[in-house]
Amino acid sequence: MDFPKDLKYTKEHEWIKVEGNTATIGITDYAQDSLGDVVYVELPQEGQAVTKHEAFGVVESVKAVSDLYSPVSGSVSEVNDAIIDSPEAINEDPYGDAWMIKVDVSNKAELSDLLSAEDYQKFIEEEK
Amino acid sequence: MHTILEDKKTPLYEIHKALGARLVSFAGWQMPVLYSGVIEEHLAVRSSVGLFDVSHMGEIEVSGKGAHRFVQRLITNDVDRVVDGQCLYALLCYPDGGVVDDVIVYRYNKDRFLFCVNASNAAKVREWFASNAPTTGVLIEDRSNDYAQLALQGRASAKVIERLMDVNPSEIKPFHFMLAELDGIEAIVSRTGYTGEDGFEIYVEPSEAAHLWQLLMDAGKDANIKPIGLGARDTLRLEMGYSLYGHELSEKITPLEAGLDKYVRLGKEGGFIGQEALLKQTEAGVSRRLIGFKMIDNGIPRQDYEIAVNGAPVGVVTSGTMSPSLKRGLGMGLVASAFKDAVNVDLMIRGRIAKAEVVRPPFYKKPS
Repeated sequence: MDFPKDLKYTKEHEWIKVEGNTATIGITDYAQDSLGDVVYVELPQEGQAVTKHEAFGVVESVKAVSDLYSPVSGSVSEVNDAIIDSPEAINEDPYGDAWMIKVDVSNKAELSDLLSAEDYQKFIEEEK
Repeated sequence: MHTILEDKKTPLYEIHKALGARLVSFAGWQMPVLYSGVIEEHLAVRSSVGLFDVSHMGEIEVSGKGAHRFVQRLITNDVDRVVDGQCLYALLCYPDGGVVDDVIVYRYNKDRFLFCVNASNAAKVREWFASNAPTTGVLIEDRSNDYAQLALQGRASAKVIERLMDVNPSEIKPFHFMLAELDGIEAIVSRTGYTGEDGFEIYVEPSEAAHLWQLLMDAGKDANIKPIGLGARDTLRLEMGYSLYGHELSEKITPLEAGLDKYVRLGKEGGFIGQEALLKQTEAGVSRRLIGFKMIDNGIPRQDYEIAVNGAPVGVVTSGTMSPSLKRGLGMGLVASAFKDAVNVDLMIRGRIAKAEVVRPPFYKKPS
């Protein structure tokens, strides 16, 4: 299982990559593996506000519905529409092609409690 | 201090682990929900053949001089509509018409029947049989620990089983069964299943199950046989519109509401438990009815989602999924009878209205 070092992680299994004021958000390799075949994604619209710890969308496997939680507050600047038509990309490339949204971060202080790759890996080892 | 109730393991548990299955707790059993992935497994059964461990299913045998009469009393269907060596789908009802379980009855002869019951209901059914049994003439035996059960399903299943079985599979007609040997392993083999495909359900002694699994996997190698988990078992049955207890059937839902009228012989001589209530329900008019629907808008229906017509709630989803064959969301639900012939219904998905087309199952039709 893959945990890229340049990303930060949440206990809800999202990853976030911050460049300047823009955060790119997706779900982790562990999350896609636990879900199984992803068949449906619901994402917010561009311009919509997202709040840290609150649901910004939904991802569904054949069997289950899971909320997507935002690791940070801000406003959605870009949505990856391609994964709405091809949700299987989330299984194939969760850290690459299957990023979900980009957010203009409103409060960078919120980034301080995110997990490093190492801590996230430890967290899921314990969760198993 | 607390007690941990441990799940039971089927005789194939170690095989599932070795195959990398994701195991889940289901009806008190550790069962494989998937191996390679629900969609891939589903499509393997639709296009060729798959092998399922269904050893969690319960088996109860009823025998004796009074067995025939007792079975007729228990089931909504009529066991005289089948001959010895045939299987029959039926419901067991409570006096109020609610469903105890849905079962397959294997008729050996007039004095001996084997019931295949849902794992989640096995204990309840055993008690139900015991509490309704006459004082003499009927022997009820829980055989659940005596049988492991494998299901071989898919269009290539006859070719696969033919390589192992001492009986030509063509001799076992749909919904019939025989006692046969598979490479020397004694088995009850029925041409039944829960997928809509041709297939066989094979009952063997638990100690033989792992060996038989391997034999079938080897015999199916050139047909690309795959192990199939409970995830695909559910999507396969849903594409056929087959009921699942706890969803389309329950103690609170009658067979008539679930649209299973053809398995309910209201005029059966001698009667059955629940007959009066179901006759009354027929006279008064069934107030809600099961429908099938296929999504027009995007979205996947799920159990308990609300079904609406013109903004007013008319019912609730009993099962829903993304169909791997149709690549659309589809489902079944109970709606007020006035809406059972609606052309379209709306599904309430997280506060959003998503349009669906009402479809009479099966949703999936075999390519001819």
